[in-house]
Amino acid sequence: MTPFFALLRRDLRLSVREGGGVGLALGFFALVATLVPLGVGPDMLLLSKVGAGILWVGATLAALLSLDRLFQADYEDGSLDLVALSPLSLEGAAAAKMIAHWLATGLPLTLLSPVLSVLFGLPTGAMLMLAASLLLGTPAVSAAGAIGASLTLSLRRGGLILPLIVLPLLTPAVIFGTGMVVEVQTGLATGAFGFLAAFSLATVLLSPFIAAMAVRLNLAG
Amino acid sequence: MIASLTAEKLACTRGTRRLFEGLSFRVTAGQALALEGANGAGKTSLLRLVAGFLPQAAGRVFVTENGNEIVEPEERGRFIGWLGHHDALKASFTVSEQLAFFSKLYSAPSVGGIAAGTSPVKTGEERRAALLEQVGLARQAELPCRYLSAGQRRRLGLARLLLTARPLWLLDEPFAALDVDGKGLVARLIALHCGQGGMVIAATHEPLGLGNESLKL
Repeated sequence: MTPFFALLRRDLRLSVREGGGVGLALGFFALVATLVPLGVGPDMLLLSKVGAGILWVGATLAALLSLDRLFQADYEDGSLDLVALSPLSLEGAAAAKMIAHWLATGLPLTLLSPVLSVLFGLPTGAMLMLAASLLLGTPAVSAAGAIGASLTLSLRRGGLILPLIVLPLLTPAVIFGTGMVVEVQTGLATGAFGFLAAFSLATVLLSPFIAAMAVRLNLAG
Repeated sequence: MIASLTAEKLACTRGTRRLFEGLSFRVTAGQALALEGANGAGKTSLLRLVAGFLPQAAGRVFVTENGNEIVEPEERGRFIGWLGHHDALKASFTVSEQLAFFSKLYSAPSVGGIAAGTSPVKTGEERRAALLEQVGLARQAELPCRYLSAGQRRRLGLARLLLTARPLWLLDEPFAALDVDGKGLVARLIALHCGQGGMVIAATHEPLGLGNESLKL
């Protein structure tokens, strides 16, 4: 397990040191969540209705910001060649990078979400459910993101295409993640939790294999 | 230790262009092979093919260990020490942090790779310090990699190569950016590695040292 954790720790360190990681995602998320109420106006009823959806979309976009460098930086400086020759399989490497990305973006975004919920006047129950849905759903964001990042790693402006690949994949996460909060607000059971959990689990389990395949193709390119 | 690397009738295609075909060679323990050829002849492609990054268009390449042929590219990769064009360094990491990362990533042994005549080492950290001294980077150990010169980055690459202790070295232009002293170091390290039963394939425009076989692409 040492090679796995070595890569995980290095990626975490890089995301703290070289920018484009934790601070950027949190700052973007906070700014979106602050601007929307300013644009919509002080209609608390309306804001609390759209709050969950906007915070989910904001968190997803914030997590995407640092994704384009997930494999690209290592590809450009030759680190990816060395990772490929290491005892760690490319599947393991993709999983390590995915987890590091989630720890550096998904987790902090989840922890920040209750604070930003206040701007939308979400009641405590909805606020906690939003945090829970982000905790459950953001791993899928990092996982689907890793697929997009691995496909675009050799493209110069890959960062521009990445959202076009990743965002459609993330539609279920946004729908069911918001759905979990709406359930609390309206009291109508929709089964959103089950769908989000299933989607998240499937994406997280499949993505390292797909990403490793894409990395192999790109190394051969 | 592996006994040999064999390539049989290898062909490589990049895009629509056939770089080489019908290429056969064999490197056995203690041997260094110099790849020669004009720019664009396919030296780097051959190295990437041997490393298992590029698929071959035809032919076979395998490592033989205790009589077993290892054909699978990713299994073959476990024998390979790689020194490519790129230095694989992160600007914000210090030299010793960078080496510590590779040590863990490769589960590197805590001994070996140190030239005779230096004090014996026991721990991984001591070994890394000794390796840095050997490549002439002892004073830069705590310096972030962004401040290293091209030659110093190359030297760190050599330290990494020694650290990972892989039997088959694939070197792409190992002399590039190095000063006279550095070039001597590369030649000494290649001789040392071959002396310990290792193998080297190096793409180069300069002689590796005495008594090497060469392959013209």
